[in-house]
Amino acid sequence: MSKTIHLTLKVWRQKGPGQKGIFETYEAKDISTDMSFLEMLDVVNETLVHQGKDPIAFDHDCREGICGSCGSVVNGLAHGPEKGTTLCQLHMRHFKDGETLVIEPFRARAFNMIKDLVVDRSAFDQIIQSGGYVSVNTSQAPEANSIPVPADMAELAMDAAACIGCGACVAACPNASAMLFTGAKISHLVLLPQGKPEAAKRALAMIQKMDELGFGNCSNHKECEAACPKEISISNIARFNREFLKASFVSAEKMGEETKAGEDE
Amino acid sequence: MKLDSKAPGGSLEGKWDRHRFELKLVNPANKRKFEIIVVGTGLAGASASATLAELGYNVKTFCIQDSPRRAHSIAAQGGINAAKNYPGDGDSIWRLFYDTIKGGDFRAREANVYRLAQISNHIIDQCVAQGVPFAREYGGLLANRSFGGAQVARTFYARGQTGQQLLLGAYHALMRQVQAGKVKMFPRREMVDLVVVNGQARGIIVRNLITGQMESHAAHAVVLASGGYGNVYFLSTNGMNGNVSGLWRAHKKGALFANPSFTQIHPTCIPVHGTYQSKLTLMSESLRNDGRVWVPMQPGDKQLPNDIPESERDYYLERKYPSFGNLVPRDVASRNAKEMCDQGKGVGPTGYAVYLDFKEAIKRDGVEGIKKKYGNLFQMYERITGENPYETPMMIYPAIHYTMGGLWVDYNLMSTIPGLFVLGEANFSDHGSNRLGASALMQGLADGYFVIPYTIGGYLGGTRLPEVSESHPAFQESARGATEAIGKLLSIKGKRTVTDFHRDLGRIMWENCGMSREEPGLLKAKERIPALREEFWENVNVPGSASDLNQSLERANRVADYLEFAELMIEDTLSREESCGCHFNVAYQTDDHEAMRNDETCSYVAAWEFKGVGKPPTLHKEPLVFEYVALAQRSYK
Repeated sequence: MSKTIHLTLKVWRQKGPGQKGIFETYEAKDISTDMSFLEMLDVVNETLVHQGKDPIAFDHDCREGICGSCGSVVNGLAHGPEKGTTLCQLHMRHFKDGETLVIEPFRARAFNMIKDLVVDRSAFDQIIQSGGYVSVNTSQAPEANSIPVPADMAELAMDAAACIGCGACVAACPNASAMLFTGAKISHLVLLPQGKPEAAKRALAMIQKMDELGFGNCSNHKECEAACPKEISISNIARFNREFLKASFVSAEKMGEETKAGEDE
Repeated sequence: MKLDSKAPGGSLEGKWDRHRFELKLVNPANKRKFEIIVVGTGLAGASASATLAELGYNVKTFCIQDSPRRAHSIAAQGGINAAKNYPGDGDSIWRLFYDTIKGGDFRAREANVYRLAQISNHIIDQCVAQGVPFAREYGGLLANRSFGGAQVARTFYARGQTGQQLLLGAYHALMRQVQAGKVKMFPRREMVDLVVVNGQARGIIVRNLITGQMESHAAHAVVLASGGYGNVYFLSTNGMNGNVSGLWRAHKKGALFANPSFTQIHPTCIPVHGTYQSKLTLMSESLRNDGRVWVPMQPGDKQLPNDIPESERDYYLERKYPSFGNLVPRDVASRNAKEMCDQGKGVGPTGYAVYLDFKEAIKRDGVEGIKKKYGNLFQMYERITGENPYETPMMIYPAIHYTMGGLWVDYNLMSTIPGLFVLGEANFSDHGSNRLGASALMQGLADGYFVIPYTIGGYLGGTRLPEVSESHPAFQESARGATEAIGKLLSIKGKRTVTDFHRDLGRIMWENCGMSREEPGLLKAKERIPALREEFWENVNVPGSASDLNQSLERANRVADYLEFAELMIEDTLSREESCGCHFNVAYQTDDHEAMRNDETCSYVAAWEFKGVGKPPTLHKEPLVFEYVALAQRSYK
């Protein structure tokens, strides 16, 4: 049943990139336990506006856990304490009356600060640009059923493709690694016959781009998997490593035999 | 103004072929001389951007989110229709065409809808080739399911995340073109004006949401794919950043706005739980396959649902519609839920909810059987409400979900401003007065992958386009206007927040221009909206500055547009003297309370011309002529 609780928030406030940030303390009063975490922030923001203060900036859009816009670290956990749940789908009934919540942005070397809880995750787009796709132009496609795909492979690919690109994996990782994000994309595509022709090239390019952007490496802490709101498995990182090794040892790309077909750009 | 649909003549099946042959081509070397702007990166915008770039055009693509992958197409759950007829159950291009025209209650253009059905099959081919992980049969071939009352299984799906997977496919294609240098991507930008030079759309002004700077971008054509306007109701299933601003500002520059009153309400959403509520969440309507909808017979009955005996329950859909029962179309299910709540029989803390009960299905199929079918939906329901639907009935209520109206476009998807094209939910074109389930994804991708790449070539190849750059005075003038409006918003420093105004506007629209409409309410809304707008411009409190990330200011800008647009919606609703599809005016109904069309006088597209804020707009009518289908009355008894 619905009731109301009072919370103390310690929220990271930072006016802009390169500026000094501090934790500000706010009281969140009469919070209905039916509210989502973001609705609780909305209520706090309305109060701040009435007090003539700047509301807390945070990214959000769909508020149904699928767009990947939202995300903050709550009491040290990316997206807060509920397993497999984005911040927008985290409801206040999971908190106790009188609790203090520390709310911070997703911090990582490759995610630049923008304001308050908003960070720049465009590095993820750059990783995808480096090869996270199948090179097929519109109208080139063969008939959809001409290549059968085993149902279990399609399911595995779907498991990986469910990634929403929120960045929680990076924020949770002690090395700020993007291996789960990138591994999920590699897996999604390499598990399908349509993604196989470019597998080697893709693995090499995406690893290189990740390093270039300042993401760290994976040292098996598994924090990413624990924080992932879509519960993407770290087995995708293992598959990524295999693909990378295969590409490094036996692929034409690595052996200096680039073919014309590889030069699609 | 004479509205020319430019729908080609000849047989229905041959129209698109012939039209493509007749369109002018731009030769490959010349394509790279053209700049095209695309606003929005949902299914329509992302697919258009990628395809135009593949063809060789230089594309500049803009979105309000931090990444193009986050557009609200991503939230679509159910699936995408196509006329592949893989199950061999009698589907065909003709049947998909007919179902869409009929589902839209005969208020869409035949030629457009037929083309949509023709293209549907290519979309599936394209998405599979991109690596969209559609559901498959054990033999490895694509699986289909039936959806939204269709009698054939023509819906392709990727779990409950079809929109997400299709959007990722289009996003991948877009990212590939960014890498190739053919698309320049501008995220965190909001369009604040359309720039028209010599009567042609030649660019846009955007506000950089991080720096607050106004940025000018010139081009040879502008493609708007900025989605629908459901957030005019404040609460909807749309994303929080969804807005009418791109469309509205183009409308103010001369693009006619068509059928704004056609808005769709989805019957199975999680009910509102408090005034702080920020948005509504939809649950797939497939739930109605096994759930039974009911309310207590006694108004105001406060007993727990499981304590109410069978004899005191009203399974009103089964009672009123014995042959379709709980599976009546979206609009019928929604209206009936409202009717029950208006009679005081609504349940839950607010009285605005009805039960969706799985007790019988669980008894029949067991908990495991139901979990297998609806596990993720039950989980989502429990996550949001804290109640276990295996034990106590779900509570549901209708919510605004999709808007069929949009900028008027011809067969080429070009608006009444030459060079301004409008795709996806942003245009009015294919769904008439009611969209069928799994058809939004189909239309967005049809427009982006397979229509605009041809028709924009016809425009660019056949039009004289003088040199226009960002230094043209029209750009400076537009940027100045937008900057001034923002300065004004920041300077008011009144007593009420933007959200407060938005919530008020939403209430006016939901109560008077929602599921069922009648003249007295509409007239009241017509009075209240301008008053609320006036108060907004005197009493809104927008904190912060114009020169950095200011989300309150972003919202204020959007609400300012909604406060103007809402008036047009009311105007359109009042002027349509019939009920059709989702537009239900209580004055026009059959004895059984079904929508009653008036084909004699209302078989037209209402296209409105802007005449100034607060001034009555001018109505232009595009007559709808049906050469191939016979108009029929829908019946679900």
